[in-house]
Amino acid sequence: MTDAEPANEPPATSDDTPVDLQEELRNAEIQDVLDTLDRELIGLKPVKTRIRETAALLLVDRMRKKLELASESPTLHMSFTGNPGTGKTTVALRMAEILRRLGYVREGHLVAVTRDDLVGQYIGHTAPKTKEVIKKAMGGVLFIDEAYYLYRPENERDYGQESIEILLQVMENNRDDLVVILAGYKDRMDRFFQSNQGIRSRIAHHLDFPDYTADELLAISKLMLADQNYRFGAETEPVFRDYITRRMQMPHFANARSIRNALDRARLRQANRLFASKRQLTRGDLMTIEPEDFLASRIFSEGRPDGEQSS
Amino acid sequence: MRLTQGTFSFLPDLTDEQISAQVKYCLDSGFAVNVEYTDDPHPRNTYWEMWGLPMFDIRDPAGILMEINACRKARPQRYIRVSAFDDSHGVESLRLSFIVNRPTDEPGFRLQREDLGGRSMRYSVHSYAADKPEGQRY
Repeated sequence: MTDAEPANEPPATSDDTPVDLQEELRNAEIQDVLDTLDRELIGLKPVKTRIRETAALLLVDRMRKKLELASESPTLHMSFTGNPGTGKTTVALRMAEILRRLGYVREGHLVAVTRDDLVGQYIGHTAPKTKEVIKKAMGGVLFIDEAYYLYRPENERDYGQESIEILLQVMENNRDDLVVILAGYKDRMDRFFQSNQGIRSRIAHHLDFPDYTADELLAISKLMLADQNYRFGAETEPVFRDYITRRMQMPHFANARSIRNALDRARLRQANRLFASKRQLTRGDLMTIEPEDFLASRIFSEGRPDGEQSS
Repeated sequence: MRLTQGTFSFLPDLTDEQISAQVKYCLDSGFAVNVEYTDDPHPRNTYWEMWGLPMFDIRDPAGILMEINACRKARPQRYIRVSAFDDSHGVESLRLSFIVNRPTDEPGFRLQREDLGGRSMRYSVHSYAADKPEGQRY
């Protein structure tokens, strides 16, 4: 077949039909979601690569559909594993947006739930509860945080299993209607999958979220501060870096979440410091976090996190 | 006799795809969508049984269609309708309602005439199906 063919000939019949992936990429407006992902999410290299790969797969799939090639809609259920505060929920939100732009889900909203929202307290309570949540998530992404709590092998009368079975059915039958993302700590998720092979086999994408390095956490803290119209004073950055490295060694370190808490406490101390200073304040004073706002932390004086109660 | 009630009543029965499109419109307009069923299809019977609760905060018609199909499965020989309630101030009433399921055999209605004084006449409609007790009508 050549270009001389009449225009009403369906283009799918030729193997030489030109395919413009870049054009498709622009039409999907997917590039700017990926760009914001790159810009606003620090680190997380493997995760970003996987998202790009998934986006590419969906884009090619869409092209194939256009050219009337058989395209079975791919299974997109995912599992996000990683330590607390590594950005699983944030990435899930972005994922929903990407899937919407690619036309894989219709609405692109995220419904975040935990065991409490899915599992009932007495017989016959679980199924309606789970179905209610699934109905809400239709056309979007269902994000189940700490999914391993759904399965409690130590209690054989636990209703979590019922919820899992309904989820399995929906993951299989309503693949076009919603995407399920299971999230949680790595080791526990692995155990959860081992005892629930049905779920394991229905999840095609396993994304592991690595811990952040001190540099990445510092970059994240700057982004967080900029969002709230704060900034570090000239000498604050090395102090905060020191804070981060010390905090990382301590127990209950929750990556970006700990950083957010540290910044919140620093803002508290800054407010108190400004209040006590009794001098004429400027706009810059209200914005600047000084080293002493961090140095007052128990991390430096006693070597343990602020949140912990002293005995 | 084919029952015609509500919106689109003179069109052929809507396909699932068409139902989804209508439900999508309702959801986008912020209406709460309900599924209701009855075996008393008298035109003045506005109180149909509700299938589950009114469905608030649902974003996508697939969720509603799931309930419609569940209701069809449980009540195949009933009239089932989808109604959309607009709760915005000053409206607070149904904006749309259409039938999505009907029994295979619809006996229809009898026109009942009653002589009054003089030559005046009172008319009413009576559903043949309603002669039987509830639950055995279709």
